[in-house]
Amino acid sequence: MARHFLWLLLIPFVGLLWVPFYNFHDPVLFGFPFFYWYQLAWVPMTAFLTWLAYRTYPNED
Amino acid sequence: MKTELDIPAVTVFLFFFALVTVMGFVASKWRRPKTLASLDEWGLGGRQFGTWITWFLVGGDFYTAYTVIAVPALVYSVGAYGFFALPYTILVYPIVFMVMPRLWQVAKDNGHVTAADVVHGRYGSRMLEAAVAITGVVATMPYIALQLIGMATAVKALGFEGELPLIAAFVVLALYTYSSGLRAPALIAFVKDIMIYIAVIAAVSVIPGKLGGYAAVFDAADQAFKAKGSGSILLQPGQYVAYATLALGSALAAFMYPHTLTGIFASKSATTIRKNAVLLPAYTLMLGLLALLGYMGHAAKLKLASNNDVVPALFQTLFPSWFAGFAFAAIAIGALVPAAVMSIGAANLFTRNFWKAYVNPQVDSVGEAAVAKIASLVVKVGALLVIIYLPTQFALDLQLLGGLWILQTLPALIFGLFTRWFTAPALLAGWVFGLFGGTYLAWTDGLKPLHMLSVGSFQATVYVGLIALVANIVVAVLVNLVVPKPVATAEAASP
Repeated sequence: MARHFLWLLLIPFVGLLWVPFYNFHDPVLFGFPFFYWYQLAWVPMTAFLTWLAYRTYPNED
Repeated sequence: MKTELDIPAVTVFLFFFALVTVMGFVASKWRRPKTLASLDEWGLGGRQFGTWITWFLVGGDFYTAYTVIAVPALVYSVGAYGFFALPYTILVYPIVFMVMPRLWQVAKDNGHVTAADVVHGRYGSRMLEAAVAITGVVATMPYIALQLIGMATAVKALGFEGELPLIAAFVVLALYTYSSGLRAPALIAFVKDIMIYIAVIAAVSVIPGKLGGYAAVFDAADQAFKAKGSGSILLQPGQYVAYATLALGSALAAFMYPHTLTGIFASKSATTIRKNAVLLPAYTLMLGLLALLGYMGHAAKLKLASNNDVVPALFQTLFPSWFAGFAFAAIAIGALVPAAVMSIGAANLFTRNFWKAYVNPQVDSVGEAAVAKIASLVVKVGALLVIIYLPTQFALDLQLLGGLWILQTLPALIFGLFTRWFTAPALLAGWVFGLFGGTYLAWTDGLKPLHMLSVGSFQATVYVGLIALVANIVVAVLVNLVVPKPVATAEAASP
């Protein structure tokens, strides 16, 4: 496995630390304002990106 | 809230409390080592915890009882701003993935038990080792005290008066931590985490139904903030930088604490840690939903004496009392796991970086375990006295400063894993500057976590811990450029 994808782990920092991206009420999803479901959605998205990094990382066992 | 003793709730509570007490003592027989009389066994569970045990243990000691009480309480009182706990506990895992496997490897290769051991091994500096060790112990003490506040809130909600139940719970905790070491919280964490998951999932699925759905919950919170004239369900433009820097600073600080690092060092392999960086966000999802209990408090029109009562009051008002008892037991047990790991982490620091360094350098592994067991008792008694004799606000203020302080150990602990460029005097100068400068800023701001920075016409409110960290790094770089480098030091492990 020559390449690994550690750089993927920088994406959540951009998505979550730039607050003007998501400080909105609309669109509402299941009653949740955008501000809330957007950040909650980053939980599985970050886990997925970390999993991709894990899959491509040279693990010792 | 109700104050008379609630019999079904108390019965369920006592059942679970008795269960984990038995587990705490039985834990010394779990994955039985040849002997527990060694610091690697007592303080790190033998460095053999695989993916699932590590998941429960780190989840159990990072998402504490105080988190369960305080995050919804903050959201209840200020709204969106209190949600910074969510980006914080998301971003912490990419950081763990990138940094902690390396740290684990260095510790494993050299038999290090604490962060200060790693720093001493890397730089050969007793001063820098002491700086990291003292910061770790001092930052952990108020954190343990906060767990007691979390537990006290749950015990009070059951209708118990006075400090006796709290003292009893802590004595029991102290005894099984003494006898079983890290194995006790590792085993109890299974029960604690599953109970917390059940309580939170029940709360976020049942309560909104009773209050007219999530849209109604957000709406009620919005109305309540407007009526009150403070707080809001979206951030004000002036809060953007504060929100982002609190999230980033807290994420950087989270795994510098002795209790989180103990979970890392106790893992079986670097891969175990990487897998956990993928799996631990499940707890973050739970925390995000839990935070919404703050808004449900508004929708349920609770009348609260203290913001911290929002979670217990919701369970009491909207669930049968046996389930409220279950939830309170989850919170109280949720305090035991982190309190145990924190006292073990602090005891390890005392033993390795004070006792072995200054009092008895010849101490063997058996002697280390004996010293650490006593130290863990002292630490817990200290935290208990703080809660009983000092005002609660004192522990809260210290906890705030503790976050700022522990963040200042990051350059000393982490930079050496990636570069050989920094020297001990430079890192020490950075630590001094960051720690005392940051404390001074926080002090002059009236112990607030945020500081107003002005650069020309640009103004922003920034997390003071992050300001201090930047100053820390700048000073370290400058000193490193000025002071000549000594000959390379001891350890061959890192790059």
